[in-house]
Amino acid sequence: MDALATYALRLGDDSLILGQRLSAWCGHAPALEVDLSLANVALDQVGQATHFLNLAGELEGKGRDGDDLAFRRDVMDFTNCLLVEQPNGDFAQTIARQFLFSHYQALLFEQMAVAKDARFAAIAAKAAKEVAYHATLASDWVIRLGDGTDESKARMVAGLDWMWRFADELFLMDDVDAAAIAAGAGVDKAALRATWDARIDAVLAEATLTRPAPRRATAGGRIGRHSEHLGHLLSDMQFLQRAYPGATW
Amino acid sequence: MYTTDMSGKTKAETVAEDPALIAAFEARVANDEFIEPKDWMPEAYRKTLVRQMSQHAHSEIVGMLPEGNWISRAPNLRRKAILLAKVQDEGGHGLYLYAAAETLGTSRDEMTEALLSGKAKYSTIFNYPTLTWADIGAIGWLVDGAAIMNQVPLQRTSYGPYARAMVRICKEESFHQRQGYEIMMHLAAGTPEQKRMAQDALNRWWWPSLMMFGPPDDKSPNTAQSMRWRIKRDTNDDLRQKFVDITVPQAEAIGLTVPDDKLKWNEERGAYDFGDVDWEEFAAVVRGEGPVAKERLQARQKAWDEGAWVREAARVHAEKRAAAKLAAE
Amino acid sequence: MSDASKEWPLWEVFVRGKGGLSHRHVGSVHAVDGKMALEHARDTYTRRMEGVSLWVLPSAQIVASDPGDAAALFEPAEDKVYRHPTFYKIPDGITHI
Repeated sequence: MDALATYALRLGDDSLILGQRLSAWCGHAPALEVDLSLANVALDQVGQATHFLNLAGELEGKGRDGDDLAFRRDVMDFTNCLLVEQPNGDFAQTIARQFLFSHYQALLFEQMAVAKDARFAAIAAKAAKEVAYHATLASDWVIRLGDGTDESKARMVAGLDWMWRFADELFLMDDVDAAAIAAGAGVDKAALRATWDARIDAVLAEATLTRPAPRRATAGGRIGRHSEHLGHLLSDMQFLQRAYPGATW
Repeated sequence: MYTTDMSGKTKAETVAEDPALIAAFEARVANDEFIEPKDWMPEAYRKTLVRQMSQHAHSEIVGMLPEGNWISRAPNLRRKAILLAKVQDEGGHGLYLYAAAETLGTSRDEMTEALLSGKAKYSTIFNYPTLTWADIGAIGWLVDGAAIMNQVPLQRTSYGPYARAMVRICKEESFHQRQGYEIMMHLAAGTPEQKRMAQDALNRWWWPSLMMFGPPDDKSPNTAQSMRWRIKRDTNDDLRQKFVDITVPQAEAIGLTVPDDKLKWNEERGAYDFGDVDWEEFAAVVRGEGPVAKERLQARQKAWDEGAWVREAARVHAEKRAAAKLAAE
Repeated sequence: MSDASKEWPLWEVFVRGKGGLSHRHVGSVHAVDGKMALEHARDTYTRRMEGVSLWVLPSAQIVASDPGDAAALFEPAEDKVYRHPTFYKIPDGITHI
């Protein structure tokens, strides 16, 4: 797969894995209204995944479509960031993951929406509106939980603590990013970091939380080096297509 | 369907109400008028409605679980999105119905407690397990199909908030049954294993779907009163017969066999004769002994328990902010 | 036992479907404050592209007319037909009126 196709694949994998994680809350959320909120976020992510993975297949030019890519690759060929494959944990852990990721997506798609490559720009423009809401929703929940009860604060701190080691990876750049930028589709993610930090810090302050302590970054998702969690997620998600090869659904 | 009366007895009224008020109320209902929250209504009407609406709401919420079981394993991205949207809709329907029930003086927490304690019932159908992807097709086709038959007339039920909730629900429901039938159609025309999966699902979901319509008419004492109050339009047996007549041709059209060896078109009646429902099974499921009844309630209890700190945190946060705002003024 | 003071209060939701239309009451949501009520209203009642504007109001703050007064409040208007344009006969041929 060439660099531009891989670039689309990474975007699709991020949304696919996050959508898969979020949809596990359906029927189990702390309140009915929250169930609907999380399902909306999940649906937006699955929609983004469908668009980006189909684009990746198209760019690859080997006849694979979004479903082939989603359901027939093994762990080492998945290119999502490690943050999105982290387990849901409790509601605070889920919100921590969403908070860090949605602010990244918001900044990313805002820029990609005006990329020269119309295919990437179109998907990003639609996604930008969706993720702006996700970022607000997640931030509001960080504030409620951070500045709620002692228990919710402790859980919010623990959730952020779990996810923090995966933040740096969001902004890493490599050859694929460079090629995508040269092709008029990519975004300089490293340049987004300062704004992301400012937004995160503002919400944490409002939530009466302190920024988690700096620590060694854990990365590798973009080149197929994942956590133990992804294999289990895929074996569940891909079961039917693997068990019934050749069948259509 | 989700409003099946499972109480099995007519409750006697304990307070004597003014006959003039009762007559005026009955006249309004007979005249196709809508009763709104602050209008006078007989206590029995209020109680029956709270029970029916909350049971309907509980059914939607518990109903998220059998289908929710397959969201993560949906076989392609389109099916995943559709199923997630459908299950989300069901959550929304529960929400509309709880809100409508709350206008009669109960609270969502009270109703939730009644469900978790086993005091309040939910539709028997959701006590059966979803074993394969074909079950998702069968549920959409048969279970939503049965529910729709009941829901359409309820759009003109006598209680305003209930009727309006039903209008909203019916608008959203239209894709639910279709996506189920589409799944079955596709499987029945697919590989031999897929066809076998579809037939197996129909075999397991057919009879429980017929049970959704409730006990036979001669065992349904509250039917006459419910029909007079416009909270029920057709009898259980009438709806059950209608369901069979509509659904059998749908099964035949896709090459599936209804698991009833007594099923036979009766030219004279212009309807299908069909076999006997196992009423012992129905009674056991109503009692809470359905195959996965424990799993369903355990899941709802877990969501409730594990969500308590979240609900509490949000409430405390809002109070803190409100107090701070007041202090600043 | 459920404790009423621990519940999230009920809010009524009004949606303006399209520019130029009025807000219509569409239902209720439970929420702890206005911000959450808007989020919940958005996630519950605008999933099918149904809105450009949302209003939310705590249900307890709605002041409603008493149904018992409906006759006194509303029936007198029924015989004031001169308030309706159709009450007036204008001969054919006279336009712009």
